[in-house]
Amino acid sequence: MYKHIVLAADGSENSVRAAQHALLMARQGAELIEVVVVADFAKAKQDVLHAESRESLDYERRQKVRVIEELLQREKIVYEVKVLHGDPGPTLVDYANSQNVDLVIIGSRGLNSLQEMVLGSVSHKVVKRVKAPVLVVK
Amino acid sequence: MIAKLKQEWFGNVRADILAGIVVALALIPEAIAFSIIAGVDPMVGLYASFSIAVIIAFVGGRSGMISAATGAMALLMVPLVRDYGLDYLLAATILTGIIQILFGVFKVAKVMRFVPRAVMIGFVNALAILIFMAQVPHFLGISTMTYVFVAITLAIVYILPRFFTAIPAPLIAIVALTALVIFSGIELRTVGDLGNISQTLPSFFIPDVPYTFETLQIIFPYALALSIVGLLESLLTAQIVDVMTDTGSDKNKESRGQGIANFVTGFFGGMAGCAMIGQSVINVKSGGRGRLSTFVAGALLMFLIIVVGDLVVQIPMPVLVGIMIMVSIGTFDWGSFTYLKKAPRTDAIVMVATVGIVVITHDLSKGVFAGVLLSAIFFVAKISKLQVEKALSGEDIHYSVRGQLFFASVEDFVAGIDLTERERTIYIDFTESHVWDDSAVGAIDKVVMKLRQNQNEVVLKGLNASSRKIVEKLAIYDQASAKLSTH
Repeated sequence: MYKHIVLAADGSENSVRAAQHALLMARQGAELIEVVVVADFAKAKQDVLHAESRESLDYERRQKVRVIEELLQREKIVYEVKVLHGDPGPTLVDYANSQNVDLVIIGSRGLNSLQEMVLGSVSHKVVKRVKAPVLVVK
Repeated sequence: MIAKLKQEWFGNVRADILAGIVVALALIPEAIAFSIIAGVDPMVGLYASFSIAVIIAFVGGRSGMISAATGAMALLMVPLVRDYGLDYLLAATILTGIIQILFGVFKVAKVMRFVPRAVMIGFVNALAILIFMAQVPHFLGISTMTYVFVAITLAIVYILPRFFTAIPAPLIAIVALTALVIFSGIELRTVGDLGNISQTLPSFFIPDVPYTFETLQIIFPYALALSIVGLLESLLTAQIVDVMTDTGSDKNKESRGQGIANFVTGFFGGMAGCAMIGQSVINVKSGGRGRLSTFVAGALLMFLIIVVGDLVVQIPMPVLVGIMIMVSIGTFDWGSFTYLKKAPRTDAIVMVATVGIVVITHDLSKGVFAGVLLSAIFFVAKISKLQVEKALSGEDIHYSVRGQLFFASVEDFVAGIDLTERERTIYIDFTESHVWDDSAVGAIDKVVMKLRQNQNEVVLKGLNASSRKIVEKLAIYDQASAKLSTH
């Protein structure tokens, strides 16, 4: 019943658990799982400083979703990986709202609890502002 | 070509104009504070920020990047301004422009890739520490009210953006607290009270310095340091904007553009500047992508300078100090602590050394030089590790050489081979080695001939194609008795 699913991924354990739910949905007839990673603007300086090159930075970002990709590949699920750039919450919201998405699946908490305290949680923003149904996985 | 220009200027009009406005407002406090660090009238930094931003909008290589008066450059100018005055600074700014244009023309931007990550991390950390240190005399032990205002400023710049982001918080802090101080009559030092600031406005056009070789001798070292540091920070910023927007940029064009901007700015009474990481991030975050946002930022800044001009001297110093503390916290790379733990020991040493040398000398360019030199030495030390392993098979002796054979590793090679052997067949296997230079060939020659003197038969094995080429070209040992074999 959910055809086009966006799975928000950030490399955290929560996002891997979220991927398992995307898998369940896929078995029930979802046609496209989009694994969306947001390259955070706030981390751009640190990312560039600590990466050997642009290529290694792209590689590291891709590594974040490697576990999820392996999971989906094992189960032969059709998926696409999409890297967006921006502030994670608003970027995910804008993307989901502009793409005619049927369901967004997201982990309840990302990597950094301190940041969450200061900036508010990404999943909270997504639940509040995405028009499609949102599944928050604990 | 025209379509590309049109896209770069007018592909994103609405968001570019809005982002440009935000950046112009965010630039004001920093331009004033960096002028004070350099020891010049705040107008010098404000003019520079206007002029550099507007010129870069036209000639820069990275659209969406913001360039203006910066802390890194201001810190380098301090001794020049203190010892020789503003006119020498303007002359140095013009010369900086010329050097950077040459850097661009001769494609030096490419060489900047050889500056290792460890040095760049050290660079931003040292910059953050110096900016902070420059604030200390302005707040330490002055008055209780000074501490209170620094604290209030910090509270405003860190807490306010959680609720309200349309106007940059530092500007709100400046306007609100300056008004508060003026109307309440609280005793605080203001920008106008600083004795080391020349109150004369910069004169337009040609800097008033003697055009002699002596002048050049004074300004050239500063101009060179400014050129390198400016380019380094600009290219780092360009990389950050590249990554944020997922696009590419022309680094040599950017270098040339920085040069043109500084060259012209010197004639307009502004101090040398470069790209700003913080402001560029603000611009991109606010939606700025095109050249238009950079232009709007500069043009609006000029308008604001004309409007607020005389009020600048009334700004209380503690407010600027608070804003600069925020800037230094934002500049510091907080990932450095994990880096120190996780990075290879030599990289960590390079990073710490870069920071240490800058903090001691107060000169970013010296830290960068030392860091690059140190990491080059570490690189050579790492790559020059060469192992020679000896194995016996019957009467024959097999040596296998592992590592790069060149001037720095020849000693290990010669020491690894026992030259006292007699009447044996000795194989030296280079399969896991590479012969780089004439020192290496000389060492091979020496070893082969010494062994041959003792009636040994020597066979060289496993030389790869380019190693074989250099050995055949340069070696002088008699090939008849020391057979050169590839197998």
